[in-house]
Amino acid sequence: MSEGPVNSPEIPRLPRVLEPGYNYASVTDKIASIVLTRPVSMGWLAGFSIAFVIMMVLLGSIAWLFIKGVGIWGINIPIGWGFAIVNFVWWIGIGHAGTLISAILFLLNQQWRTSINRFAEAMTLFAVACAAIFPGIHVGRPWMAFYMFPYPSTMGIWPQFRSPLIWDVFAVSTYGTVSALFWFVGLIPDLATLRDRATNKAAQIIYGMLAMGWRGSARHWHRYQSAYLLLAGLATPLVLSVHTVVSFDFAVGIVPGWHTTIFPPYFVAGAIYSGFAMVLTIAIPLRKAYGLEDFITMRHLENMAKVMLATGLIVAYGYFMEFFLALYSGNKFDLFLVEQRLHGPYSHYYFALILCNILTPQLLWIRKVRTNVAALFIMSLVINTGMWLERFVIVVISLTRDFNPGAWGRYQATFWDYSTFIGTLGLFVGLLFLFVRGLPAISIAEMRELVAHKSHEGHE
Amino acid sequence: MAQIFHRSTNFIARFSLFSAIFLGGLALTGILALARSPYFTRQNIAREQPVQFSHKHHAGDDGIDCRYCHTSVESSATAGIPPTKTCMNCHSVLFNNAGYLEPVRESYRTDTSIPWVKVHRLGEFAYFNHSIHVSKGVGCSTCHGPVNQMPLVFQANTLLMQWCIDCHRNPEAALRPLDQVYNMDWKAPADQAKIGHDFAVQRKIRTTVELTSCSTCHR
Repeated sequence: MSEGPVNSPEIPRLPRVLEPGYNYASVTDKIASIVLTRPVSMGWLAGFSIAFVIMMVLLGSIAWLFIKGVGIWGINIPIGWGFAIVNFVWWIGIGHAGTLISAILFLLNQQWRTSINRFAEAMTLFAVACAAIFPGIHVGRPWMAFYMFPYPSTMGIWPQFRSPLIWDVFAVSTYGTVSALFWFVGLIPDLATLRDRATNKAAQIIYGMLAMGWRGSARHWHRYQSAYLLLAGLATPLVLSVHTVVSFDFAVGIVPGWHTTIFPPYFVAGAIYSGFAMVLTIAIPLRKAYGLEDFITMRHLENMAKVMLATGLIVAYGYFMEFFLALYSGNKFDLFLVEQRLHGPYSHYYFALILCNILTPQLLWIRKVRTNVAALFIMSLVINTGMWLERFVIVVISLTRDFNPGAWGRYQATFWDYSTFIGTLGLFVGLLFLFVRGLPAISIAEMRELVAHKSHEGHE
Repeated sequence: MAQIFHRSTNFIARFSLFSAIFLGGLALTGILALARSPYFTRQNIAREQPVQFSHKHHAGDDGIDCRYCHTSVESSATAGIPPTKTCMNCHSVLFNNAGYLEPVRESYRTDTSIPWVKVHRLGEFAYFNHSIHVSKGVGCSTCHGPVNQMPLVFQANTLLMQWCIDCHRNPEAALRPLDQVYNMDWKAPADQAKIGHDFAVQRKIRTTVELTSCSTCHR
C-alpha cells in the first residue's frame, strides 16, 4: 500500500518514504554515524545542558515536596487532583503515538512507520516515565506508594480492586513493561550493528552486552520476527486500553463532567492526537539537526498531520457530545457544568482549549499547511498545549464546582506545581538527547528492509 | 577481528538472567518474611520491667482476677496500669521487707510512678478500645495469650493489622460466654462455630463489612 494503487495518477505527487539512491551500506552509515562517529556538536551540548538544568529543577521540586508535603502545591479539598493528575494524563497520552506507530501500523504493514517508529517508541517510554512520577509523588506519603501494588502485605488487605485508580496502576505498569520490551527487542539487530562498527572497546562491550549475542543468522532473524510480531500483537490492545483505563479514573466518579460513557473513546483519540503532535515536535528538529530529511520525508510528516486531523476531529466530537448530552439529558448539574465552562472562572482555559484543539488543526485540511514544516512544528506545539488544557479543564472545572455550592473551591497552581511540570519536560527532553546520541534513532535493520523492498520494485 | 567477549560470557549472561529473577524473588521473600518476624513485631519477646513482676505468680498461682489491677478494662479504651497503691494493698504486709520490692515501696513513699515498660504497643493511627471487646465476649487470653503462665509478660501475638483483621472478619471464633472472659484457661468448645454465631447474634456484633471498614479502627 506504500505507494498507493499502481494506476493511480496520484503516484508522482506522493512523496517517498525513503529518498532514492540509498543502499544497505549507506543507510547503515548514515544512521550509525550519528551515534558512533559524529563528534558531539555544540548544539547537542547546549540542548542537553539546558534540559539537564531543568531536570535538576524537577529533582529539587520533588525533594522539597518530600520535605514539606503536597501542601506546597495548589491542591486542597475540593480540588485534590490539580496539576499532578493533569500532567499524568497528559504525559501518558503522549506515549500512545509511539505504541500506535510501532504496533498497529506494523500489523497494518504501513511502510511509513519504519523511519519514525524507533524514536516514537523511545518517546513513549520517556513519556511513561514522566507520567509515572506524578501518581507516585501525588500520594501524600510517597514512600508508601508501593501500597498501590498488590503484594502479600502484613495488613491482611489488598488494594481496592474495584477502584479505577488501581486499574491504572496495572494499565500503566503493563504499558511501560510492554513498551520497553518492544523497544528493546526492536533494537537488538541495530545494537549488534553498532557493536560491530564501534571502534572503541567500551562501546563494543556495552553494545555487545545489549545485543545479547546477536549474529544475524537466519535462525536469529526467524525468531526475532516472530517475537516482534507477537509483541506487536500484545502492544496493540494497549493502545486502546491504557487511556481507556485512565479515562475510567474520571468516568467512574460521579462528578459532573466526568461521569460520561464517551470518555474512553474520546480519551484514546485525544491521546493519539497529542502523541502524534509530540512525535512531530521531536521529528522536525531531529531530521533537521542530523540531516535525516531523506529518511523522515514529507510523506511521514504529512501522514502524521492527517492522523492528527482525524483524531482531532474525534476529540472535537467528544467536546461537542459533552455539551449536547448535557442539553439533551437536561441534567441540571451537567447543564451547570456547561455554564461553568463557558462563563465560569476558568472559561479562558476552555476557550484556549477550543482554539488550540479544534480551530487551529482545521488548517490541516489545507495541503500547503500539511507540507509546511514550520507550520507543522508550530501546530504540534499548539496541539500539545491544547491537550494539556483539556486535562486541566476536565480536572479543575469539574472539581471546583460540583453539586453543592457550599463545597465549591478555587484552584491556583503554585510555583512548585509549575516547576514540577516544567521539570518533567526537562527530564523528557534530556532523555531524548541522550537517546539520540546513544542509540540509533531510526531502525537500521528496518531501513535496510525498506531499501531491499525498493530495489525489488525496480523502477524506483 | 578479535572476539570482544570470552567464551565464558555465555554462561555469565545466562546465569545473570537467572539470578536477577531468583535473587530478586529471594530478596522480596526475605523482606516479606522479615516484616512478619519477631524482630519487627516483637512477638514472644519478654520485656524487662523495673520490678520483676510475675503475672504467673499473681494471676496464675494466686488466682487474682485481671480486673483487680486492670480496673478500667470494662469501661474504657485502655485496661489501665495499676497505681503503686494497688500493689501496696497487699505488699504493705506481705513481703514487706523483700529487697526486690524496694522500688515499689520507694515509689509509694515518694509518690512517683513505677516506669513500667509497655509491652503491647499499637500504632497511634489505630483506635483500639478494650471495653467493647470484653463486653462483647472477647476474652483476655484471646489477644494476650496465657498471661497466667508468663513470669514476664511478652506479646503473644503479632499485633499486625493482618492479625486484627482476621478476627474482625470472623469474630465468632473468639466469642465466649460472658462469665468466661477473664478465664485464662478457657478453651473453645467443639461447637464454637455454633455458639459463637449465637453469641454474635445475641450481642449484636456488627457485620464484617462494618467491622472491617477503614474508619472502624482508623478514625
